[in-house]
Amino acid sequence: MRLYEFEAKEVLRRARVPLPKSVMARTPEEAETAASEVGGPVVLKSQVLSGGRMKAGAIKFAEDGAGARAATAEILGITVNGQQSVGVLVEERRDVAQEYYAAVTWDGRAKRPVIIFSDMGGIDIEEVAEQHPEHLSRTHFSNLAPLSDYQAKVAVSRVGVTGNDLGPLTRIVAALVKVFVERDMTLAEINPIGKLADGTFVALDSHMDMEQEARGTHADLLRSLGIPDEDTRMARPPTEFEIAGAKVNDADTRGVAGNITEFDGNLGLIIGAGGGSLTLFDAVRAAGGNPANYCEIGGNPSVAKAAALTKLVLSKPGVDKIAVMMNVVSNTRADMMARGIVKGVIEAGYDPAEKIAIFRIPGSWEEEGFAILRKYGVEFVDRSVSMHEAAARAVAKMAGT
Amino acid sequence: MSILIDENTTFIIQGITGREAVSMTREVLDYGSKVIGGVTPGRKGRNVHGVPVEDTVRAFTERERVDASVVAVPPAFATDAVFEAIEAGIKLVIIVTERIPRKQVAQFVEYADQHGARIIGPNCLGVISPGKSRVGGVGGAAESTRRAFQPGVVGVMSRSGGMTVEISNALSEAGLGISTAVSIGGDAIIGSTYAELMPLFDADPATKGIAIYSEPGGQAEAQLADYMRSSGSNLPVVAFMAGRFMDAMPGMRFGHAGTIVEGRADTTAEKIERMEAAGIRVAERIEDIPRFLKERIG
Repeated sequence: MRLYEFEAKEVLRRARVPLPKSVMARTPEEAETAASEVGGPVVLKSQVLSGGRMKAGAIKFAEDGAGARAATAEILGITVNGQQSVGVLVEERRDVAQEYYAAVTWDGRAKRPVIIFSDMGGIDIEEVAEQHPEHLSRTHFSNLAPLSDYQAKVAVSRVGVTGNDLGPLTRIVAALVKVFVERDMTLAEINPIGKLADGTFVALDSHMDMEQEARGTHADLLRSLGIPDEDTRMARPPTEFEIAGAKVNDADTRGVAGNITEFDGNLGLIIGAGGGSLTLFDAVRAAGGNPANYCEIGGNPSVAKAAALTKLVLSKPGVDKIAVMMNVVSNTRADMMARGIVKGVIEAGYDPAEKIAIFRIPGSWEEEGFAILRKYGVEFVDRSVSMHEAAARAVAKMAGT
Repeated sequence: MSILIDENTTFIIQGITGREAVSMTREVLDYGSKVIGGVTPGRKGRNVHGVPVEDTVRAFTERERVDASVVAVPPAFATDAVFEAIEAGIKLVIIVTERIPRKQVAQFVEYADQHGARIIGPNCLGVISPGKSRVGGVGGAAESTRRAFQPGVVGVMSRSGGMTVEISNALSEAGLGISTAVSIGGDAIIGSTYAELMPLFDADPATKGIAIYSEPGGQAEAQLADYMRSSGSNLPVVAFMAGRFMDAMPGMRFGHAGTIVEGRADTTAEKIERMEAAGIRVAERIEDIPRFLKERIG
């Protein structure tokens, strides 16, 4: 989950990383007050979960409160790569002599965290890596050895930084490493670190991503930053339908029946599990179908959970039929899925034979499952019909609706 | 032949008294696997379907040979369980548990490296060498497992547990069968990647071809492409790429934890291009996998 710049900077402030003075403003009026609080010329930066703010015109400069107010009114109306602004960070403007880049992230091949450091900050780091490799260092560190500042020192020193600059830059990078490790980040980046005319350093912009799986571990931090549990930080906020799907999944702890994402098609999907859902969603689209939703069922959810998910999908306006499909299942019981889904269709007031376009859940307890489906006249197939073929049959049935 | 496990492999299940682990125990016993014990702290002296339970891993390793352990404990206890298994000298640790933060995964992967142990997973269903043994729940009930996994010539590696079964089933129905299938796990960091398991398949005389299931996110496919170019491997590899729809939806989360796209190189389009450039054939449909492999294996 991505943090906004103002949140990432708060994390840095607590880690004693030097920062320019800044105040968060949600309205033009707040920005005017904030500008006088900060004092002097300010930079106004849109708070969005996306890069490319400068290009989009979502970063502006002002000399005083009135200018800050006007600029903020403009910035709040600008979306950046489709992302809505949640406010403007009003920050003191500093004259920068040189810019540096520092980041800590995971190297999935080495299976270790890596410190990336450059004395060419402020520009696209991929470009630096390609065109000026001598200005960029990559320093892996152990997950088992105790954290030690020398790793940060090595990263900074490798691009040629020495003398009076080495100490303060090492301290900033070491603090960033500590935040990355202690707060389960997948990316902790400061770009740029600015060297000011007086020789001191400040973090001018920061981007942090926390691992989704670790949100629970860092509930204290998220609470203190004012981030509510339901704030998913995805590319768009969850729809009501998706929030209802999360509730279905949370109703009991057995298995998964949720992870719903809303689409605007007419074919409801009850599909699983992790990889099966990705495969089947592609298969429906490849066959020319229009999915109404993405979802995941797996890990042997209860009958009640499968029924609730089915009812939810059927409640979505525009859903004509549902397709129930999974890969050959191991730990999920095909009979419990059949019972739950048929129950959900009936409780929603429909005839399972008419509403279920196809049922393909082969594997454990499939004979018992087939017996239930036969009783209700639902069309089902076994593992001899491929996932792609099953998806194509469901799509073909939609032609008449 | 097979890789990682065979008919003599002995193993324990950590977290054996959990609901899903109890069913897994029944299923691996029915399949004929040599599960010799289970560990749940405080449950020493009990048994699960006749399999003895102890409080510690060492209680087993001190009295008999233990080749592998399946870790099926809740995420909060998983790291501790893996360290215990490695420290007790177990050389193959298969982690079923999902939702372990990657920092902890990286810690026990590094610890395993230091101790010459191999990790499969986390977030996987295990390893099966059809007709010999199954370590983990992959395939479910024994009868359904025998049908989906028939002994044969294809090595399977999959980032999805469910798709390990689906693809193996397609290979079995096509008459090719499986040498060993490995559910490698769906997380961003895993103990053994495709490229790290390839040398084992290359050295296995029973394996004549490879089928892999891949997804958006991570470097595993690029690493495999590099391996195929540099290793001189003669095995034909067919890959299936799921989640193609995700390329158009950056910033949204679908599927496994590992599918999160963190850069352009993580998209399916980029992965397909890299794999094809390295001679890996990419299938559009599951049923194409056995067809493409048959063209090469004959």
